[in-house]
Amino acid sequence: MTETVLRSSPEKRRFNIDMRALSPFIALIVLMIAGALINPDFLTASNLLNVVTRSAFIAIIAVGATFVISSGGLDLSVGSMAALTAGLMILTLNSLGNADMSTLALGMLAAIAVSAACGLANGLIITFGRIEPFIVTLGTMGIYRSLVIWLAAGGTITMRNSDLRELYRPVYFGDIYGVPVPIIAFLVVAAIGALILYRTSFGRHVIALGSNEDVARYSGVPIWRVRTLTYIIQGICVGIAVLVYVPRLGSATPTTGLLWELQAITAVVIGGTALKGGVGRIWGTVVGAVILEVVANIMVLSNFVSEFLVGAVQGAIIIIAMLVQRSVHRGR
Amino acid sequence: MDSVLRAENISKSFGPIEVLSGISLDLKPGEVHAVIGENGAGKSTLMRILSGHLPPTKGSLHLNGQPITFSGPVDAEAHGIVLVHQEILLAPDLTVAQNLFLGREIRRFGFVDDKAMRERTRAILHELGTNIDPDREVSRLSIADRQLVQIARALLVPHKVVAFDEPTAVLTPIEAESLFEIIRKLRSQGVAVLYISHRLNEVKAVADRVTVLRDGRHIATRGIEGLEPLEMARLMVGRDMSKLYPEKPETASDQIVLTVRDIAVPGYVENASFTLRRGEILGFGGLIGAGRTELFEGIVGLRSSHGTITLDDRNVHFGDAREAMAAGIVYLSEDRKGKGLLLQQNLRINLSLAALDRFSRGSFIDGSAEEKALDRAIKDFDIRTRSRDLLAGQLSGGNQQKLLLAKMMLLEPRIVIIDEPTRGVDIGTKEQIYRFIASLAAEGKAVVVISSEMQELIGLCHRVVVMRNGRVAGEVAQADLSEDSIVYLATGVHEERAAEIAAGHA
Repeated sequence: MTETVLRSSPEKRRFNIDMRALSPFIALIVLMIAGALINPDFLTASNLLNVVTRSAFIAIIAVGATFVISSGGLDLSVGSMAALTAGLMILTLNSLGNADMSTLALGMLAAIAVSAACGLANGLIITFGRIEPFIVTLGTMGIYRSLVIWLAAGGTITMRNSDLRELYRPVYFGDIYGVPVPIIAFLVVAAIGALILYRTSFGRHVIALGSNEDVARYSGVPIWRVRTLTYIIQGICVGIAVLVYVPRLGSATPTTGLLWELQAITAVVIGGTALKGGVGRIWGTVVGAVILEVVANIMVLSNFVSEFLVGAVQGAIIIIAMLVQRSVHRGR
Repeated sequence: MDSVLRAENISKSFGPIEVLSGISLDLKPGEVHAVIGENGAGKSTLMRILSGHLPPTKGSLHLNGQPITFSGPVDAEAHGIVLVHQEILLAPDLTVAQNLFLGREIRRFGFVDDKAMRERTRAILHELGTNIDPDREVSRLSIADRQLVQIARALLVPHKVVAFDEPTAVLTPIEAESLFEIIRKLRSQGVAVLYISHRLNEVKAVADRVTVLRDGRHIATRGIEGLEPLEMARLMVGRDMSKLYPEKPETASDQIVLTVRDIAVPGYVENASFTLRRGEILGFGGLIGAGRTELFEGIVGLRSSHGTITLDDRNVHFGDAREAMAAGIVYLSEDRKGKGLLLQQNLRINLSLAALDRFSRGSFIDGSAEEKALDRAIKDFDIRTRSRDLLAGQLSGGNQQKLLLAKMMLLEPRIVIIDEPTRGVDIGTKEQIYRFIASLAAEGKAVVVISSEMQELIGLCHRVVVMRNGRVAGEVAQADLSEDSIVYLATGVHEERAAEIAAGHA
């Protein structure tokens, strides 16, 4: 009792908490400087916009994952969920057949509905089945993935109406005042996510649940509802990511969204969210997702390391991020 | 006789705060030396220094007359000083024998020799007067048996000094008596026993000498002859015990706010009934494990329960704590660190958590209202904190309890249930908490106090309901409140009789 009270002065502790929140931003700046030194093309506006645009899917999904992880949960099914959602959305668009705005809107609604339903399924099984989220979402990961393979009969689900594809194209390739639409989408999602997590009772309940489920329960927090809602939010974020993703290729395949769950979790952890719950950092997550793409981009632009090793470097980053988090944590 | 272990002028500081100052103590072979004191008096810290878990800031230890410094508990054990911990520190999924030899397995050709370990375990347990199966998993043992296993584990190494830290906290009187038997056996073998407790009757029954600590200072060391529990209490607290408790507020009202009839919490409580009046402080006594906590967790919806609960003439059933709170009933858990507060979050987040709806404007939390509430809580409840940005886990036990009270009072409840209100709380804060509880009753709220401290129940409550083995054993009215009447209901044995058993005259 007395030991923990007196181990460090409050000033020092506050400094350390700031360090933990700031470290992803510092890492990004260091990477930017490194990138600029390695290849002058790196710091051009077009390259940077390109990098951030490519990080948009993971960033949007990772915003949802921030909710799940900071409440003490985990969702491994997001990649498969994205593939299933994309597949069902394209099938819906194909069956409606017209090339007008209302068709597109219906297809988008269907996508959000499917992904939210997938999230709801995860949440309900976890809360009412009282099963570890790791196991549940490992199971649904397989289910969602094989459903899309089955729907595609092992092949590819493609948007058939080329007029509709043209109509939909700007959602990925377009821009508003020079800012690509995916970047706007991901900033809006992050801003709404931050507002919910930091400023609403629900957000506070998420953090309380992740900090200590018993305390939350004894404090009258409706833990089942809160937990289920985090998975629904995760599902909706996957849906939004799919809306931006589909116009890029206009198709869904059995490999769509493969390993996205790992990238999303990596982004969340790099961003400073505690994997055991109780701390959630939306903007850290966004930076984490950008860092992953920046690293890949630097590797492509440089000749030091083969770009085929991108996965290895990203894997190393998550381990380093955890080590940094722990040393900062120990220091306090 | 020469002392086997002697502490000279031991002081211990954590940062700027001195928790022990200038303690001297000597242990002779073949004696039971009790160290008594209130929570926070420094008993456990002293124990941890003697057993090598903590280095002293000042002062020195002497073993058989030679100065010595322990590098850690393992080093102290190597010198024959072992500590039986207060908490059960066993791996629940391993068997008794596996636990006993954990970290010091007997090996044969590089493989663990289960047969040898099982035999040694059986022999040691038999010596302790029990025949627990060495192959049983620890998770399937009763708390008392687990404690025996823990003692057996400590006695496995050659020992000259054995320290017991509040060993009877989880034991029934009968189980405690078999523990005293073990302690007497150790004494007769010439072992020095250090016995830490705040249960004075036990100390009277088992100790040869008593050292009293108060606020980290040495108050007295005396032989047990002629030292009665009442005098021990006076030495421990340092003043007249009766002033610790405020005047009991008049229970002007006969208005019953809560009636509980035949409630059952599966596995813990059967057929419990009681009534609670407006403006009264109702005590719940009994041994640990009697089902008091579970009964109230069942009532407020934290555990599944069935039975009839009548609140203001309306039958109610709460599915979770939220519903109970909405009906004006709050429950403050005995487990502050595990169920009461988010130790890793700051004071503001903890304070508003249960009553967050009251701090919301539309869908959003009003941060400045939270800050104001924190200012008010710090003032009203006298929460002493160096900084408003501290985490709840960095507060002392007493201040955590005040924060928990402040948190639950934000809900403006009518019925307040407080489980072990002063566990781990220093004496000054105890007084504040008692005054606060009395003021709640004076305001017309109904208060339930669950406590294992008999004096607390007697000093604070209007009536005391006593539970035994998951049932309500009886009720003691204000005029009849005494330790004897409570102990009788809690154990089914009169205190004189229990003391006789304990003293070995049975």
